[in-house]
Amino acid sequence: MAAPEQRRIIFQHIDAPGYSNDLACYVKHGGYEILKKAVAMPPAAIIDEVKKSGLRGRGGAGFGCGLKWSLVDRKSGKPIYLVVNADESEPGTFKDRYIIHQDPHQLIEGIMVTCWANNVKQAYIYIRGEMPHGARILEQAIAEARAANFVGPNILGTSYSCEIYVHRGAGAYICGEETGLIESLEGKRPYPRIKPPYFPAVLGLYQCPTIVNNVETLCHVKHIVDMGGDNYAKIGTPNNTGTRILCVSGHVQRPGYYEYEVGKITMGQLLNEVCGGPLPGRKFKAVIPGGSSSKILRFGETFTLKNKDGSSRTLTIEDIPMDFDTLAACGTMGGSGGVIVMDDSVNMVEALANLNAFYAHESCGQCTPCREGSLWMKKITTRMVHANARAEDGQLLKSVADQIAGRTVCAFGEACSWPTQSFVAKFGDEFKAYPETKKQSKNGDALELV
Amino acid sequence: MNLKPATLQRIDELITHYPVKRSAVLMLLHAIQEDVGYISDPAIEWVAAKLELQPINVYEVVTFYPMFRRQPIGRRHIKVCRTLSCALMGGYKTCETFEKEFNTHAGPTEVSPDGEVTVEFVECLASCGTAPVVMIDDELHEKVDCAKAKQLSDQIKTEAKKR
Repeated sequence: MAAPEQRRIIFQHIDAPGYSNDLACYVKHGGYEILKKAVAMPPAAIIDEVKKSGLRGRGGAGFGCGLKWSLVDRKSGKPIYLVVNADESEPGTFKDRYIIHQDPHQLIEGIMVTCWANNVKQAYIYIRGEMPHGARILEQAIAEARAANFVGPNILGTSYSCEIYVHRGAGAYICGEETGLIESLEGKRPYPRIKPPYFPAVLGLYQCPTIVNNVETLCHVKHIVDMGGDNYAKIGTPNNTGTRILCVSGHVQRPGYYEYEVGKITMGQLLNEVCGGPLPGRKFKAVIPGGSSSKILRFGETFTLKNKDGSSRTLTIEDIPMDFDTLAACGTMGGSGGVIVMDDSVNMVEALANLNAFYAHESCGQCTPCREGSLWMKKITTRMVHANARAEDGQLLKSVADQIAGRTVCAFGEACSWPTQSFVAKFGDEFKAYPETKKQSKNGDALELV
Repeated sequence: MNLKPATLQRIDELITHYPVKRSAVLMLLHAIQEDVGYISDPAIEWVAAKLELQPINVYEVVTFYPMFRRQPIGRRHIKVCRTLSCALMGGYKTCETFEKEFNTHAGPTEVSPDGEVTVEFVECLASCGTAPVVMIDDELHEKVDCAKAKQLSDQIKTEAKKR
């Protein structure tokens, strides 16, 4: 079956000729009309629309956005904060970058609608440190929006005031974890907080109720208010509504970003048709479907899933619709939408060694199982590649990984152990054979991964 | 601390963004590093005094976040992405090219013998679709294969000569 057409809602203006990131261009394209509509609605009605829309967070966990908002403690008497997670740093993910650089006002409008709906008077955009231009563009866009009365005191002639400030990170992946991000915004090391009791909705920034939402998620909010929650829910598939941006990288002919209705395109259509298939003379070997932390899938494997009526269906990787629920049923996740493709030129031990170096570098060091475990997984895979490999190393790696997940304050424990667990489970043969593989390889022009 | 007037003005403005002064630590450190190139001991003490903190509160932040550095580096900062998507497209070779071109080793504190560049092999820069990617100072460069790395190196060398 042919791949469906892209449905660009969030990326409507990305790469469009003549579209610029200033306020005049945004307003010319209907910008801030939805904020005007929103401030004429009671805040509770907007929350209802977002609940009806079924919007799930686009940052990685896929948590219901309306549900997240409904958990906010509104009786504490403390201010409510909105923190925009623009710390895009999950390897394989590169969507927020384009929104920030090319269409910053779309994000700002989404932020202001969200702030109005949740009675937020102060929002912070936490942008990763490696996007200095992005930070300047956002500051400029906020200044423009403030001058036009879309942000700041008494917006649009109402008695409602709300400020947005940009806060830059400084190169730490853990700041993408929402409680680590909050600590960082408080000017500390980003050690994630333990939940309970530190659910951001109750005890977040400065111990006040806080909403942390991803950039793409907040952009969707704007469009939900525009078209209504029920209409938005018709896009995509049940429980996996709306569109999402899929970022494809690695060994395909046409890597890039593609926006599709959630669940309407399969992995096979995405990789073979949209991205043009494997590089000449190569075959697909493996794919990581939702950012580097999500569990890897091996081409050729099949998944038998239960249908609602009790019957079952069998899917190949190519058959998997790119939605949250099916990917979860296949033992992995939709995560942040970062699809990393590897072809038959890649040795999986070496690919894992690359990722383990990442996680060992990025563990914040707060919890012993993660700090030590991620380091040992890196040491083992690096030794396998650069020194002696042993046939039993796969099992050793698994035993380390199995002792991390579930024993840490935050989900980094899972994030760093899932690659090792899944690589060893799916490619155990390659780990076992690695000592022999090394002896036979000439190592001349081989792809270096670690 | 000898900061430019514009930096001092920016710092005073940044502090007003937060209800709690301590929150401004990262933004102040960025402002100082952009001005003087690195975070010295006096800078840590200055930020602490400015935000009514103990120096340790600033020191622990400086030592945690990879982007802050405790000593000067090369005049140009070349960051090559190391993580999987870039590595799959030849990022290791790209890094090697810069190392050879400037006769240096990749490392956050290494400086080429002529003092011109620091080459750093960093983790994911969030532009995986245009791998391999490189940041030179604040500028992102996409699809930097060995030939393009050589070309960018030549450009840096030409600019250095003009100085």
